[in-house]
Amino acid sequence: MVSERPSVLERAREIAAAVPDPELPMLTLADLGILREVSADSGRVIVSLTPTYSGCPALTEMRRDLAGRLAAAGLDAEVRTRLSPPWSSDWITAAGRRKLAAAGIAPPRPARTLPAPARGGPVPLTLTPVRRDLACPRCGALGARLTAAFGATACRALYQCAACGEPFEYVKEI
Amino acid sequence: MPFDTAYEAITEEADSGHRWAFGTGFADPLAGVDTTVPDGVDGADLGVYCLMLGDDALIMSHRLQQWLARAPELEEETALANIALDLLGQARLLLARAGAADGTGRGEDDYAFGRVEREFRNVRLAEGADADFGGLIARLLVFSTWRLALLARLCDSRDPVLAAVAARGVSEVTYHRDYAAQWTVRLAGGTEYSRARIETGLAVVAPLAAELFAVTGTEQRLVAAGVAADPAALRAEFDAVIGQVLAEERLAWPDVPALAAVAGQAGREGVHTEAMGYLLAELQNIPRSYPGATW
Repeated sequence: MVSERPSVLERAREIAAAVPDPELPMLTLADLGILREVSADSGRVIVSLTPTYSGCPALTEMRRDLAGRLAAAGLDAEVRTRLSPPWSSDWITAAGRRKLAAAGIAPPRPARTLPAPARGGPVPLTLTPVRRDLACPRCGALGARLTAAFGATACRALYQCAACGEPFEYVKEI
Repeated sequence: MPFDTAYEAITEEADSGHRWAFGTGFADPLAGVDTTVPDGVDGADLGVYCLMLGDDALIMSHRLQQWLARAPELEEETALANIALDLLGQARLLLARAGAADGTGRGEDDYAFGRVEREFRNVRLAEGADADFGGLIARLLVFSTWRLALLARLCDSRDPVLAAVAARGVSEVTYHRDYAAQWTVRLAGGTEYSRARIETGLAVVAPLAAELFAVTGTEQRLVAAGVAADPAALRAEFDAVIGQVLAEERLAWPDVPALAAVAGQAGREGVHTEAMGYLLAELQNIPRSYPGATW
């Protein structure tokens, strides 16, 4: 049975989950996987977010947007940063991946790098452009060519489809 | 929020007043993070160490930002901007961590804009201005190879904040190092001219490499406390990675003497090269001209 009056934490979670990313507006905080926890602390709602990249300026906008929406809903809430474990593009949900693809952005492949100590050795060097065999979001063909390892934001690279010529963005695995 | 044009987004009506810049009240990057100093660790030492790593990132980021609108291709400009942004993000976290650790309560802006040259603790490699793209790539190769080895070891730091910043940074700097390494190989294997540019670039930065592995008293104490990475222990990985990159196109590591310290002091002790003063004059111009300004 769904309660007629959802608990405060459920409401807070619903509000937080729906906040859009200003850089990738088709995705919400929940889609991105940066919404880590909604909990209570001495009567306050605590929403914990994990930044994507260290320098991503979108996080500030998302925090402000989130705090504003929680306050507008009459909730006494605080947004906290959670740095560990670091965000991984693997945390983008299945719904988030579908939305990216629908917007013409190739979703990330599984992350290739782990902090070295977790693997017990130095991070391997990659001396040739990374081959990712992405499906073109326009025609579906494989075999896109990397045109730039860094795109319009920290999280994206640029590709061009070898079959139809469509240039498209790819959310990098991290 | 969506705008019809980029100009609309920067008009006063649309301005949230929270742009990421000096004087805009930009949020503390460590808001809600537990910044308690671990048991048995000296907070003042930890603060100094965070300044060292934060200043490396801040100053290298500023040098990279100076290439915007000057890079040879739009794609490379975007890459340099993204690398600069990652490093600026790391700098913000580390400078904020310094203020929480050393007990002064100073914020990231106080450290970035309120200190004089002698108080900056970055290695001298980070501050040099490059004459061309080949020079920049050589500097970025050395810087990111060294920083990646350093951050990888810091993932195990006993300071959980430092460990978290390092764990994020490892993935970021992996991309930076690959970018610099691939350009090194491409320039070396390109034309006679491009090969000469990367060789000259390596000759400019090679004298600054020895300083990266020198150990200060602060680091020695923090290595013993399980917080810092021993700089001397990074040398073997650095040599192996650089050797692998150079071998691709039979480049040689330049046989040049190290840039001497001044009375035993170098970047970590706040003794910098001539380039640093000019860099800080630009970096700190607005806050120094309009102290406490908001906009």
